[in-house]
Amino acid sequence: MMSETPLEAPIETFPIHKDSDTSGQARKLPPHRIVLILIGIALVASAIFFMRWDWLPNYGDLILQGLWRTIWILIVTVIIGFLLAVPLGLAQAAGPAILAVPARVFCTIVRGTPLLLQLWLLYYGLGSLFPQYPWIRSSELWPYLRQAWPYAVLALSLSYAGYEGEVMRGAFAGVPKGQLESARAFGMRRFTIFRRIWLPQAIHRALPTLAGEAVLQLKSTPLVATITVVDLYSVASRVRQDTFITYEPLLLLAAGYLVITGIIVFLFRRLEKLIPSRLG
Amino acid sequence: MADASIIPAGIAGMFDLLSPNPPGWGGNLLRGLANSLQIAVGAFGMGLLIGTFGAYGKLYGGPLVRDIAAIYTTIVRAVPELVLILLLYYAGTDMINRVLEGLGYQRVDISGLVAGIVVLGFVQGAYATEVLRGAIKAIPQGEIEAARAYGMSPTLMMRRITLPAMLPHALPGLANLWLISTKDTALLAVVGFSELTLVTRQAAGTTKAYFLFFIAAGVLYLAITLFSNLILAKVEQWARRGMPSVKEAR
Repeated sequence: MMSETPLEAPIETFPIHKDSDTSGQARKLPPHRIVLILIGIALVASAIFFMRWDWLPNYGDLILQGLWRTIWILIVTVIIGFLLAVPLGLAQAAGPAILAVPARVFCTIVRGTPLLLQLWLLYYGLGSLFPQYPWIRSSELWPYLRQAWPYAVLALSLSYAGYEGEVMRGAFAGVPKGQLESARAFGMRRFTIFRRIWLPQAIHRALPTLAGEAVLQLKSTPLVATITVVDLYSVASRVRQDTFITYEPLLLLAAGYLVITGIIVFLFRRLEKLIPSRLG
Repeated sequence: MADASIIPAGIAGMFDLLSPNPPGWGGNLLRGLANSLQIAVGAFGMGLLIGTFGAYGKLYGGPLVRDIAAIYTTIVRAVPELVLILLLYYAGTDMINRVLEGLGYQRVDISGLVAGIVVLGFVQGAYATEVLRGAIKAIPQGEIEAARAYGMSPTLMMRRITLPAMLPHALPGLANLWLISTKDTALLAVVGFSELTLVTRQAAGTTKAYFLFFIAAGVLYLAITLFSNLILAKVEQWARRGMPSVKEAR
């Protein structure tokens, strides 16, 4: 141990050596890491053998359904939220005061109150307001408005838009002015400048933050279970209520979210690599 | 009027519902707010404590400590707070009671306040670890080397050099964490702790004035956020004193 550290430390600081090291031969695992991995395997094995998993087959379909709904809600709200965030960010970064102030107020309110409160305000508030108007009840939208998921999607989208609007503001403001000036010098119209120059560069700047925000959005999806949307999390509570088994479903749930987080991080990394990273 | 039950009898009715005396629910809301604030402060403080140890462990610890800290921060930051809260809340209270029974003591009822602080503090600790680690790494290493060269003991160096030098780098992240901590207290509503959001839902459910109470609670949360922003800006100004300003060029 003692002789290892001083030898390794200077090598680590030179990326070239590190690369050639890994490509030449598989790096040896340090002993403490082997012990940690063994402990991890032992923990998982003991969880499999000593905990109760007999409920799992009965809830297989429900788990898949919940997983699908969680992912569906995540993707839809991230897309809607991002589409809302672009005008919010643009209004704050470059818009006139009449647009910038409302955008700013919206972002402040969304970021200053808990998501659970926003969700309940929309679900219970709007949900108790709508049935009182006959024209809403007779409208085509009513079958949807009676369900819980539109409110979940609305609340999560608005929340994502609020956080992302602030990120996009910084990203729009961070695009070098020379880029926009040269686009104007080329005779591009304002919308073309926005589409070809400003937005792509802003998105590129915001992408690492967007990945982090997508993970945060995933972590707020279980809140929709409190308004009766059946997502992955609510399956675990269902199992708990039915069978009085507490830990197993929650542990499985935590593992599931870990895996989804890993996938999101991986996908965003791929996305970042797709974009050529040289600016200016 | 169609919405008579939503906006009860105009302005006067609203004040009746929000009045702090028993027929109104204002007192309950304020008590919920006090509970929320207690948990937020406690969790933030515990997060700072865990974060300090975590950051030192990640930076200066041995390989084993470093790996354990990495596992802790990765798992806690990847799993939803709600799931962690349920897991730690049930598992934690259950485990303590089992240990107590095993040692021959009586079972104890762990108060929601303590459980909430511990659980949220555990979550906050992971984020605080990363914030403080980044802040310590942002200190010019020469300052720390100079302190070592002067023969300062680790605690003296922490008090005189590391803490003051890292504070300006850590404050924006810590301010964010404090705001997250005030909002995360709402999650404890799910395990039935009567903080502001749960009290609000009870009030709204009883009186059917959903909009009124949820908006009132929103205003309270927003007031905490805006007030904190004011204070934190002042604190950051103080911590940055003597440093060159980092204003954006625009």
